[in-house]
Amino acid sequence: MGSKNGGFSVRGVRAWLEAPAASVAERGGKLNVLRGAVARVTTPLLPDDYLHLANPLWSARELRGRIVEVRKETADSATLVIQPGWGFDFTYQPGQYIGIGLLVDGRWHWRSYSLTCPPDWSVPGHGGKRLISIAVKAMPEGFLSSHLVSGVPVGTIVRLAAPQGGFVLTYPPPEKVLFLTAGSGITPVLSMLRAMDRREVFTDVAHLHSARTADDVMFGAELRALHDRHPGFRTRLHLTAEHGKFALADLDTEFPDWRERHTWACGPAGMLDEIEKHWRDAGRSDRLHVERFEIERSAVGEGGTVTFGKTGRTAEVDGATSLLEAGESVGVQMPFGCRMGICQTCVLTVSSGHVRDLRNGDERREGDKVQTCISVAAGDCTLDV
Amino acid sequence: MAITDIKAYAHLTAADIETLGQELDSIRRSVELSRGERDAKYIRRAIAAQRGLEVAGRAALFGSRNRWAWLAGTALLSVAKIIENMELGHNVSHGQWDWMNDPEIHSTSWEWDMTGPSSQWRRAHNYSHHTYTNVLGKDEDLGFGILRMTRDEPWRPIHLVQPLANLLLAATFEWGIALHDWSIEKELSGTPPRQLMSQPNREFGRKISRQVAKDYLLYPALTGPAFKQTLKANAMANLVRNLWAYAVIFCGHFPDGAEKFTVEQLENETPGEWYLRQMLGSANFQAGPAMAFMSGNLCYQIEHHLFPDLPSNRYPEIAVRVRELADKYDLPYTTGSLGKQYLLAFRTIHKLAIPDRFLKATADNAPETSSERKFAGITLPSLGGVTLPGAESTHWLRVDPETGKRRGLRSALHEAKVVLQEKARQEKEMLREAKAALKEKAEHERQLLHGAKLALQGRARQEQAALREKALWDKPFRFLRRAR
Ligand code: FES
Repeated sequence: MGSKNGGFSVRGVRAWLEAPAASVAERGGKLNVLRGAVARVTTPLLPDDYLHLANPLWSARELRGRIVEVRKETADSATLVIQPGWGFDFTYQPGQYIGIGLLVDGRWHWRSYSLTCPPDWSVPGHGGKRLISIAVKAMPEGFLSSHLVSGVPVGTIVRLAAPQGGFVLTYPPPEKVLFLTAGSGITPVLSMLRAMDRREVFTDVAHLHSARTADDVMFGAELRALHDRHPGFRTRLHLTAEHGKFALADLDTEFPDWRERHTWACGPAGMLDEIEKHWRDAGRSDRLHVERFEIERSAVGEGGTVTFGKTGRTAEVDGATSLLEAGESVGVQMPFGCRMGICQTCVLTVSSGHVRDLRNGDERREGDKVQTCISVAAGDCTLDV
Repeated sequence: MAITDIKAYAHLTAADIETLGQELDSIRRSVELSRGERDAKYIRRAIAAQRGLEVAGRAALFGSRNRWAWLAGTALLSVAKIIENMELGHNVSHGQWDWMNDPEIHSTSWEWDMTGPSSQWRRAHNYSHHTYTNVLGKDEDLGFGILRMTRDEPWRPIHLVQPLANLLLAATFEWGIALHDWSIEKELSGTPPRQLMSQPNREFGRKISRQVAKDYLLYPALTGPAFKQTLKANAMANLVRNLWAYAVIFCGHFPDGAEKFTVEQLENETPGEWYLRQMLGSANFQAGPAMAFMSGNLCYQIEHHLFPDLPSNRYPEIAVRVRELADKYDLPYTTGSLGKQYLLAFRTIHKLAIPDRFLKATADNAPETSSERKFAGITLPSLGGVTLPGAESTHWLRVDPETGKRRGLRSALHEAKVVLQEKARQEKEMLREAKAALKEKAEHERQLLHGAKLALQGRARQEQAALREKALWDKPFRFLRRAR
């Protein structure tokens, strides 16, 4: 407490008061002084540890949200409208995604989805509250996506992670824009379109969307409406069941000026690989932005490349080498204790990919905390260490 | 010497121990597979109940100048602190609820209402204690560095104060634990002891000052005029929690039958042997649902040590299956009432306070520590009259041909008890007979001595008489000589 000249200072007192809530300070704003002060009495807990028993949205350690609306988009996709809890930052950029955790059978499952709403969004009928929305498409093997599309009731509390991602539309938008999307790849682009619509800054925007059949098109009506309202916006639909995959060579006839456009592409990995190659060959890589969706699937294969996020090191491992050993083999300071799965000293967060619990074969994935001494890589994965 | 070879001690073959391990693994797997909503609800309710009790207790203490409000507040707070310590802090920190993936109920982030920082406790407890359970010199929980709980530890004069140290430890348990964990943390992390502002020191200092300030300054101050009463109530609640936590821990680890091990056992220990060590090294106590809850289900200490990271609410059902395994492999399953288990631990504490020369049993067959050597050189009836060789050999392990039952440690212990008792009785009898013979001989000699004495005395008397006579004759002449 105190300032440089040795006496008391307002800032010093404030810092002292805020200290107990420091770990969640970025979400607190002015309230942190109060939280910090109360936390001195409720230590080792935070006031929120009590408050969130009354209202789950007042969570101490993490953002929470409440699902306020579930809207069917197509047969296998739905939009979830979520009211974020206290501390959510609404100044994200269109195109970013959020992490969302859902409680199923007592366990929180964690996934990332693109936001489909423009920043600072509210809709009538929800009391003027600021909301966010995501669109989820059920994947054949996707346990959580299926659950979200077909079974999640309004009122459900979800965990949220702050919006992130570099697949964003710059503001003001470039003069000429091209969007290439396929399937649920439409979702981040929809957020960009809605933001342009809201800000009334539709420049010259061309959009090509691929879907299997007309019934599979998410947000088809809305795209058409935007098309009708904004002379600068052209959207074209390509149905792959009828015409096969869109051939990039056709770009020259569809959008002859594609080389001049700033392009945002989102869809299956194969499509993005082709696009990247095409743009590279044309010497236009600098104008291309792509977003790769991690496909929600079961972990495949044994072993892989383990990346240690914070140290930037990597290790190639087989399906029998524990993540702990993998880290140690490349000189990463891994926390450890018993090395046999009983002490929880070695727990780290998986920031991407899949790992497998050797003891029982269970699969763990992005967002899960795992015991590295008894977990192995199931495909490529990244650990937060 | 505590157990150095658990295979020999358990009277099981290596293959038996391996299958036992597999069966325990399958218990673990089935519990893991069936974890779900029901369990999640259990812990969330426990948390809500604990928070509720604590808030109610704190609220009641605002009126603590009234005696009844003081009592109610103190009682509520004590119960809240016990639940917070046992069912929440201990179990969450073990990772029992990590499977829920909930950052608010996770071993990596949970901080408890005890003096020491959770993280330091986790290192000392989850790692040191649970990996090296009851291994002398490796598991610092074996007597917490101040009590001598096995004869394998040489007696020192300081142990004389053990009864007092025990009382002190019980009353200030959270401080004992905090200091204990702090020193282990420093040791494990290789922090130089003289470095004042080291990470463990700062963490420790921060936590204890917050805890002390909260209970003995801030809450009392909040209740204004009831400052003194609230302070007393908080101290009392901490004391109650300390005593209870202490009792639960001691009943889980130090009653007779909870065995100790030497580092030799650790060398090349197989997973099955690890399980077996946990089973033989821990003890349960009988408890109904309420007491089980208040002990954080640590009345199922054996199950907890086998599966420290499985949800505590599943221990009762796990216990049923573990007992079945104990029966099947003929292994002891140490349990008893809370009172009995504590008294056994209490007896050990006091017994081992005094030097070994006053103790009867050896470190191989004492009630609180035994070893495979206990069986060496004795003949167990179930083995058909074969005398057990040294601990190294296990060729006599067998399955009963008639019943098909495995002969394991439990039978061996029972029979050894009878055999050893009989052996002791015989030895005593022999001793008694030898003593009687000696006594007889002594009596005989005494008599001989007496006779000789009498004879001597007679002779002395005769000689005296002769001398006297001679003196009478001499007397007149002496008179004459003088007169001359
Ligand atoms: S090191 Fe103990 S659980 Fe991994």
